[in-house]
Amino acid sequence: MSRNLILRESQIMKVHYITGVAALFVVAVHILMRLVVPYGSSLEYDHVIFNYHNIFYAVLLEVILVLVSIHGFNGLRVILLELRQSTRWENSVTAATIIAMIGLVIYGTRTIIIANGLGT
Amino acid sequence: MSGADERKITLKVFRANTARSKNTYFELCDVPVQRWTTVLDGLLYAKCFIDPSIGIRYSCRMASCGSCGMKINGIPRLACYTKMSELGGSEVICEPLPNFPIIRDLVTDFSQFFEHHKRVQPYILNQDNHQTDAESSDHRQSPEEVDRFLQFSYCIKCGLCYSACPTVATDLKFPGPQTLGQLYRYYADSRDGGGKDRLNMVDDRHGIWRCHFAGSCSKVCPKGVDPALGIQLLKSYMLGISKNRGK
Repeated sequence: MSRNLILRESQIMKVHYITGVAALFVVAVHILMRLVVPYGSSLEYDHVIFNYHNIFYAVLLEVILVLVSIHGFNGLRVILLELRQSTRWENSVTAATIIAMIGLVIYGTRTIIIANGLGT
Repeated sequence: MSGADERKITLKVFRANTARSKNTYFELCDVPVQRWTTVLDGLLYAKCFIDPSIGIRYSCRMASCGSCGMKINGIPRLACYTKMSELGGSEVICEPLPNFPIIRDLVTDFSQFFEHHKRVQPYILNQDNHQTDAESSDHRQSPEEVDRFLQFSYCIKCGLCYSACPTVATDLKFPGPQTLGQLYRYYADSRDGGGKDRLNMVDDRHGIWRCHFAGSCSKVCPKGVDPALGIQLLKSYMLGISKNRGK
């Protein structure tokens, strides 16, 4: 049986469950904040930029980004692991999902920083 | 078999001989049925009076040995424990257990199933088993301690849960519900000293976490064992939600 080098599968799944439950809460807060103003106008350009300039909202988006990326990419890893049973495939899938997760978090964080105006 | 309430049911028996050819087909056998006739009785009638070449594995005829597992009308069941009259309809379809390689007809290969089972050391691990005197040599257990694992010790290793498991169907490295249920049976036993090492046996990429909790394993068990419960209890111990008393 193949072992994970850094974390045991139970530790990975613990992170998976915690990020899943935590994401439910922060996404709920995110949706409730959208409903503070009429839903249609909340998606207008000026309103979206205004939200990004609110530091609390920017932090909330960053938290959602990190939680959903970890939970989502680990879920994808779990699905792909079942497709084939070879150590090479398992290691490739694990490496690819970790790289994709880090890439998405970096790209998303960059977007949040630019829209927030912290970079200027 | 004779009597006033006797009727005939058609057995559709899966036929295959993988050593000779890849062709498979169903053989139709009309067998007499009474209220108490089991599928195994019907198959043995067909083997005696219609086609002696039908391959079946069976032994005890009383749901104790777990040899006659097969897919009957689409559901994994023991042929000796399934009455034809209770299935309804005029046709009973007998196929080999899914998730097992076919040897011939209804006989499947259990090698991999038993390999998974052996890997979790399905016996009491106890280094402190020194028998000094009659008083201390007993591993006494309270009724509560026995209750924690008793239902899991009823497993007869028939493989029905393994054949019903959707994860086993896609992931051959997954130990399967029978193995995981037995792992829980020994982990929960107060006489066992395996402790965390037992949990580590199935804590890997193709281990216990690949269970999707479909629950079909518990549904098909002919002995009333609930492997899905054992798997969830093991997960709770691994996550630290539950603590195994005394370990």
